[in-house]
Amino acid sequence: MKKILLTLLFILFGTTAYADGHCSKPSGSINILANDFPALRTFVETAKGCKGSADFKVTHSSEHNKIAVPALTANPSEFSARIAANSSIVPLMNQDLIRPMDDLVKKYGKGIQDSQLITIDGKVMAVAFMANTQHLYYREDVLKELGIPVPKTYEEVVAASEKIRASGKMQHPYAAAYKAGWNLAEEFVNMFIGHGGEFFKAGTAEPNINNAKGVATLNMLKKLASLSNPDYLTHDSEAIKVEWESGKVALMTLWASRSGTLLDDEGDAKITAATKLTGPATVGGGNIPAATLWWDGFTLAKNRSDSDAEASFIALAHAASNKKMVADAADQAVWLVEGFVPGPKSIGVIEAVKMGAKPYPMLPQMGLMHGALGSEIVEFLQGKESAEQALKDVEAAYISKAKEQGFL
Amino acid sequence: MPNKTFFWFFLPTGLAMILFIGLPIISTGIQSFYAQHDQVVKEVKKCDPFGCTVSIVVDQEATSVLRDERPLGKFNGFGTYVDRNHLAIEQISEFWDETDTLGDFIDQVTNLPFYKALLFTLTYCLFVTPNVLLLGFIIALSLNAISRKIRGPLIFGTILPMIVTPLVGSLVLFWMIDAEGIIGANLQLMMEDPYLSLKSSRTLTWITIIIYGIWHHSPFAFVVFYAALQTVPQEPVEAAIIDGASRYQRIRHIVLPHIYPVVTFVALISLMDNFRVFEPIIGFSAEGSAQSLSWLIYDNLVNEEVILFGSAAATSMMTIIGIAILLAPVLIRTWKEFRTAR
Repeated sequence: MKKILLTLLFILFGTTAYADGHCSKPSGSINILANDFPALRTFVETAKGCKGSADFKVTHSSEHNKIAVPALTANPSEFSARIAANSSIVPLMNQDLIRPMDDLVKKYGKGIQDSQLITIDGKVMAVAFMANTQHLYYREDVLKELGIPVPKTYEEVVAASEKIRASGKMQHPYAAAYKAGWNLAEEFVNMFIGHGGEFFKAGTAEPNINNAKGVATLNMLKKLASLSNPDYLTHDSEAIKVEWESGKVALMTLWASRSGTLLDDEGDAKITAATKLTGPATVGGGNIPAATLWWDGFTLAKNRSDSDAEASFIALAHAASNKKMVADAADQAVWLVEGFVPGPKSIGVIEAVKMGAKPYPMLPQMGLMHGALGSEIVEFLQGKESAEQALKDVEAAYISKAKEQGFL
Repeated sequence: MPNKTFFWFFLPTGLAMILFIGLPIISTGIQSFYAQHDQVVKEVKKCDPFGCTVSIVVDQEATSVLRDERPLGKFNGFGTYVDRNHLAIEQISEFWDETDTLGDFIDQVTNLPFYKALLFTLTYCLFVTPNVLLLGFIIALSLNAISRKIRGPLIFGTILPMIVTPLVGSLVLFWMIDAEGIIGANLQLMMEDPYLSLKSSRTLTWITIIIYGIWHHSPFAFVVFYAALQTVPQEPVEAAIIDGASRYQRIRHIVLPHIYPVVTFVALISLMDNFRVFEPIIGFSAEGSAQSLSWLIYDNLVNEEVILFGSAAATSMMTIIGIAILLAPVLIRTWKEFRTAR
């Protein structure tokens, strides 16, 4: 009997130890650069649990994109690891700032699933651990009261918002992060992909947005903007989250990774209870959602010693294969780690994947297009120029930048 | 001061200026003539959690050979200066041929990023600088006339806008003028227009930023003018009073001529400062409606995922030239006065 008990205990503890992920006690120095949202904090905290005797530092910043390239260009670089996403890995690849990690994956990456590996030209350049997308949030109580079904397309979102406005319940019932710059450009990217658009002529870096799909995209954005708070051009994800929590919005397109903060105990309990998630909407009769899929994963700096890279990998791989973390923080993100059981807050991403959403284009020149979009379509939304003119401006601005960067 | 003494006195500052201002400007100038090498791309298979695709990446081996050969990049001459995102020479001549009226032509030109930014920068300079001078002078005169007992606290209150960090000052105002903020919401109520927004209209954004600029810069003019007012000799003023000169006449004919060099100095500094307007644009998140030359440089350096060094350097050089042109009349005048004084 005693023996059985002991064996049982052994198995129990043994498996827990295993479930916590491997930790080979690294030494050296680990310094991580990451964006700043709850899931990433949890991830880095978990990695810290396996720092061994290494010196562990982390910088969480929403300005991470601005720091990354200069900080990783220095030799030795300031950071040993950078948590990147599909778009932010591109400049690192363009400048040759991150190292392949096939050997490390073989040596220390036992719990990491193959599907987590980002391989480029056969080499593992990043290990993904969570997925993200932008999808619809809606106020169940408001929609029910007015007898509006949950919208599945942006045309329905517009109709629903108009109905809510007409009812007098809310003046500006729709919200999305339309802040001029990166956010606004991201909304364009989503909507353009929803219309089935391709940003570049096949096989080249020539822009391909000044066409009917581009015009339809802009018109839809403008319609949605007219149903939003008039200050939409200054509102980012955080600002529209605040609008939502103050009960002034009934339909919203927002990142899945922010659902945790919307559904937490802070704020008006009635609004929180009525906040529901659904997949991203389609647009213009298309069948793929007007949204892009994103992964977040870690990369290792090239200009840093091998031993620091190894230490960073051990700690981060510990988190990227940690079943306990994904069980404890199931609310915070859609983890790509083995053992993750999707909860109600993951609906958006899972729906997006089911509907066949496309990942954000991981092309070397995409950043330049994104930048040009962010500043050149503003005047169209303000009603100062035509859609065709705005798209012409975007292409012209992009071409100048792409020439300077040697893409054209 | 003999020239030799002046030389030794100035040497340390001069060296520091060459090291920290002169050399960086030269390096920026050189950089503005270069563009990135032609990107060598290759097709590869990319796999991520959402599937595999064949797409392109930059061929690092080929690129590093190019980079090692010529680390500065590809020589581009004035290519960056004249491209569409800067002086846009080609586009402007096209517009000239295409458009029928001057109004259309101006519309098209101010739609180009550089001219759009230049237009805002100049408008800002034009409205802020004279108002700062005027307001600063009026405040200085008023405070100078007030009883000494309450002057201290009042001066402190007056220079508060300068003490507050520009970004914080603009952020406070930013939230107040938000459609849900205290000023924004009340304006909507007063105008009975729920769609009124100070932040979405370009004109209103410009006005907001200009008013903020005046508010922020006036204390500087005030402090300098106030100090200068203390040096105005009392005898001529008293003589003028006896002669029956009004307050306006005393200011116009005695005080102003006396502090004139100081006015030139403040005008110079404000012009320079205002030409580089930047913080309020960030603070007010006004990128959509108002862009300045400094903001363009910032945008090229940080808002892109790829840093556009060439573009930023070219805009920097043009900003320096712009400031030089703006200051030229004042500088020439000062130089002439200096010569006649000798």
